[in-house]
Amino acid sequence: MALLEVDRLRVEFPTRNGTLTAVDDVSFTVEEGEVLGLVGESGAGKSMTGAAIIGLIEPPGHIAGGEIRLDGGRIDALRGEALRKVRGKQIGAIFQDPLTSLNPLFTVGDQLVETIRTHLPLSVAEARRRAVDWLAEVGIPAPDKRIDQYPHQFSGGMRQRVVIALALCAEPRLIIADEPTTALDVSVQAQIIALLKKLCRERNAAVILVTHDMGVIAETADRVAVMYAGRLAEIGPVKQVLEKPNHPYTAGLMGSIPRIGPRPERLIQIAGSMPRLSDIPAGCAFNPRCTRVFADCHVHRPRLAASGDGAVACLHYEGARP
Amino acid sequence: MPLFILRRVLQAVMVMLTVAFIAFLMFRFLGDPVNSIVSQDATQVEREQVRERLGLDDPLLVQYGRFVVDAARGDFGMSYRNARPVSALLAERFPATAELVLVAALMSLAIGIPFGIYTALRPRGVLSQALQIVSLIGISLPTFVTGILLILCFSVWLGWLPSFGRGEVVDIGWWSTGFLTASGLKALILPSFMLCIFQLTLIMRLVRAEMLEVMRTDYIKFARARGLKARAINFRHALKNTLIPVVTIFGLQLGGLIAFAIITETVFQWPGMGALFIQAVNFTDVPVMAAYLVLVSLIFVVINTSVDLLYNVIDPRLRTERKPATNAGI
Ligand SMILES: Nc1ncnc2c1ncn2[C@@H]1O[C@H](COP(=O)(O)OP(=O)(O)OP(=O)(O)O)[C@@H](O)[C@H]1O
Ligand SMILES: [Mg+2]
Repeated sequence: MALLEVDRLRVEFPTRNGTLTAVDDVSFTVEEGEVLGLVGESGAGKSMTGAAIIGLIEPPGHIAGGEIRLDGGRIDALRGEALRKVRGKQIGAIFQDPLTSLNPLFTVGDQLVETIRTHLPLSVAEARRRAVDWLAEVGIPAPDKRIDQYPHQFSGGMRQRVVIALALCAEPRLIIADEPTTALDVSVQAQIIALLKKLCRERNAAVILVTHDMGVIAETADRVAVMYAGRLAEIGPVKQVLEKPNHPYTAGLMGSIPRIGPRPERLIQIAGSMPRLSDIPAGCAFNPRCTRVFADCHVHRPRLAASGDGAVACLHYEGARP
Repeated sequence: MPLFILRRVLQAVMVMLTVAFIAFLMFRFLGDPVNSIVSQDATQVEREQVRERLGLDDPLLVQYGRFVVDAARGDFGMSYRNARPVSALLAERFPATAELVLVAALMSLAIGIPFGIYTALRPRGVLSQALQIVSLIGISLPTFVTGILLILCFSVWLGWLPSFGRGEVVDIGWWSTGFLTASGLKALILPSFMLCIFQLTLIMRLVRAEMLEVMRTDYIKFARARGLKARAINFRHALKNTLIPVVTIFGLQLGGLIAFAIITETVFQWPGMGALFIQAVNFTDVPVMAAYLVLVSLIFVVINTSVDLLYNVIDPRLRTERKPATNAGI
């Protein structure tokens, strides 16, 4: 059994002009210790999927259908204490902006000790010792001094290291990292990703890594899921998706990344832009921009069909027709 | 940090000198002080003697300097009307106003903060909405109207609480307190409530707005994602951030309470400095007016300066502002 199973997940936002479906019928699994990359254009629903898993969708948004299971037990309908015990302890989260993720009025030590003691039966002194160890672990020099400093005394990269320590300190089995390096200096991005990967590997924690950076995906992820307009377009092993993409959208996405090669190729751009949630076309959501569009694409909405070691939602493939 | 304190204190001194100048000008432009001192049938020679004795012929700047030095020693001269030192009059009245303002300030915090938190955490609850509406009324009714309504309700109809005065007071040294007798405490309830209504609703709405704002921040979201207990999130992480602007506003409003105490003291015939000031205005008792002006300004300035300094204690970002950057940024 997979560690995490997301099954036909649907996230909706009721608005004045009707209901918007930010995540539409999305299914995937995450195995123990696996790194799943989650990619797609801005607004595709990546963050919303992550928020649904950890139960942090802001009202009026809500899970309108499907199931999320951790170790086979449903976690999508948990409330209150039960939900709180999953957060941090089972599933950790890292958000985009380390500058705003830490409470400015508490020292990093306070925040670490508080988090550790919430989930583990340790005394303050023991928790503090462990907090120092964690700071050392995430590569903060002089951790026994730094532990009593406030977030504003750390640089952006250092703060994201603290955030990683906070997310991992209760030893969760799954980390949802939502663009953990987007807000950082390019020079520290790679370090942070490498650190995250190393720590999770050592603890056999699985990661859902949301990112726009295909280089990071290629280096870090075991499998990749590609989202488009709230739907899953394709999912599969990283090598397959990056090198032999099945879905025309994934192919377009890969074509738009500059490569250093023997002869400079022209960058292929996908024409047009992703539709707003309020006017997603009938049939396949990608049909207005697709280079391989045909009549059925305007009529049938493709299902995920097995293809190679992965799955693809495109009517050109056997089994995608509903 | 010491530089910051020094700068703040210098500003405060400048403000006080300006206020003192305005108070000083009152003496020159609100009637001739000589008239208030000599008897009706004094001769021109007598008048000149008084002028000379008071130093009224000296250059303006010299007179101002003398006024400031005297004021700094707490000497505001004699009241024209009571023929007693102004400082003694004020000292006699000060405890009444101080106790009234203190109770009102504590009430506004003790009621305003919990209500603000509650309405922020349960924004759609029936009680929250009721509180919002009541607070809107509270903030828009003039205080003397609410004061009179309170008297009508609790003194006239129900007869529970006195409608005027301080009740029995106990003297501790020069300080007369109403805290130690039952009647003194009862007498405090209505006036202090009237005085605090505006500030109470202000604090409640401020706490609510700030708390809602803070609850949307990334660090609260991250605190949730770490599985911290709701109590820790609401009352540790969120409340502390909420209270920073509340401290500022509370400090500013505390000065306001002292100023608005004039109205409350008039409505409830409360024997405080505000009532003394109103009397002084009626009789153009300039020394008392000037002293009141200077004293209230002094309280304002002291509070504001303290709030600024307190701000530094609460918010670590300001505290470490000028630390050397060597070990701070990597
Ligand atoms: N409060 C809301 N009300 C209505 N729609 C919303 C709300 N919040 C988000 N959405 C919509 O949900 C969709 C998914 O958003 P999400 O944040 O998951 O995108 P994303 O894939 O993470 O994009 P990005 O790469 O920019 O982070 C977006 O189209 C967004 O417009
Ligand atoms: Mg996002």
